[in-house]
Amino acid sequence: MAQTRRSQLVDPLIDNNPITLQVLGICSALAVTSSLKVALVMAIAVTLVTAFSSMFISMLRNHIPGSIRIIVQMVIIASLVILVDQVLKAYAFEISKTLSVFVGLIITNCIVMGRAEAFAMKNPPVDSFIDGIGNGLGYGLILMTVGVFRELFGSGSLFGITILKTVNNGGWYVPNGLLLLPPSAFFVIGLLIWAIRAWKPGQVEERQYKIQTVEAH
Amino acid sequence: MPDENKKKGPLGRFLDLPADSIAKTVVVATALCLVASMIVSAAAVTLRPIQQANSQRDKQINILEVAGIYEPGTDVAQAFEAFEPHVVELETGEFADQYDIDTYADLASDWDPAIVRALDEDPAGLGGEMLAYQMVYLLRDDEGGIDKVILPVEGYGLWSTLYGFIALEENGNDIFGLQFYQHGETPGLGAEVDNPRWKALWNGKKLRDEDGTLQITVAKAPPAAGRDYYIDALSGATLTSRGVDNLVRFWMGEEGFGPFLERLKAGEI
Repeated sequence: MAQTRRSQLVDPLIDNNPITLQVLGICSALAVTSSLKVALVMAIAVTLVTAFSSMFISMLRNHIPGSIRIIVQMVIIASLVILVDQVLKAYAFEISKTLSVFVGLIITNCIVMGRAEAFAMKNPPVDSFIDGIGNGLGYGLILMTVGVFRELFGSGSLFGITILKTVNNGGWYVPNGLLLLPPSAFFVIGLLIWAIRAWKPGQVEERQYKIQTVEAH
Repeated sequence: MPDENKKKGPLGRFLDLPADSIAKTVVVATALCLVASMIVSAAAVTLRPIQQANSQRDKQINILEVAGIYEPGTDVAQAFEAFEPHVVELETGEFADQYDIDTYADLASDWDPAIVRALDEDPAGLGGEMLAYQMVYLLRDDEGGIDKVILPVEGYGLWSTLYGFIALEENGNDIFGLQFYQHGETPGLGAEVDNPRWKALWNGKKLRDEDGTLQITVAKAPPAAGRDYYIDALSGATLTSRGVDNLVRFWMGEEGFGPFLERLKAGEI
């Protein structure tokens, strides 16, 4: 892999985005994007966990027995996630209350495991660290984009600051309640994937099937 | 070769083993688990005091808020001194002075059998058992009479248990406010229990009618008893509203603080 450090950092933003191209980490993207503040903290937490777990796994990569490598990766990832959770509870109590169970679920976030298995097991620590940061940022970018849509049109605010005054609070905007429910993130992410692939047709996957055409007799 | 091996020492020789050998697998697994568990427990132990202080503070802020005396930026611990905490035995409604605040807190966090009671009916979804003793907070006015009482309430909504406080006026019947400090309801729907406009609906409502029947309800339409006992349910959050209805009625009822409120009304406290 002749990747420069810069491309390791920038590629996962659009060209090789973990959510829109690899379609990983969808579960947490559904759960935490109904408000931007929570999405931001989640993005930072995932970025840190991905970067550091990739770095530690990469440091140990020559000594990790193949038979238990997934478990070893999980132990490292889980320990880091618990650290993040504990630190949030101590220093960002309000936010950790809203994130509640989702911080713990970073452990099962496919992006973290994916980068550990696909990149960190074969590359030196510094590269792995940067790769982790890049992928975390790519994840964060999509999270924030989805968050903007969902919070703006679902609650009429951004980062908790009212933009569209909702009817509930005596304004004019009737919020779209669907956007606050997890399925709406599917629609928004789907539309994003569509938009990105329309812009960069190279990302479109080849069909695994062929539509049969019946010849006219 | 043997010389070279000796130079590396035991650790070097071990690191040179193929990663897939049994010895190395066992040692790597053990070492990793030890290191990881030490880091995790060190973090948990060192951060625990800060976390406990946080959740304590959060609870106190909520008590201050529900009593309507919280202003951002005030010294929470100092403002909280205004309250007089008591442990109440729910069944009799009397102060249980055999437990001081700290002993009670320990017993409650351990869910000690001495203070736990099983529930036959569990409308608030408490999991079949509850603490038979609860902490209440009295706020006294300048003359030493009761100004407000703050009672803890909890119950199941749609996704989660809602934990909160209800503030009542000195007659034990007029509601001053209701506030939840912990829940996991749907943002924008059930989580609107935190909406100040909805919380304001509780102010001035009454629990019981003149006959002493519990009338308060969270519903879509006002009950026959009238609007004094009616909180408009949250639209789009039927199950959360039902949960709040159940839990308020449970905790204010005979199984909950009913006896205590009667004593309060009779002026015995």
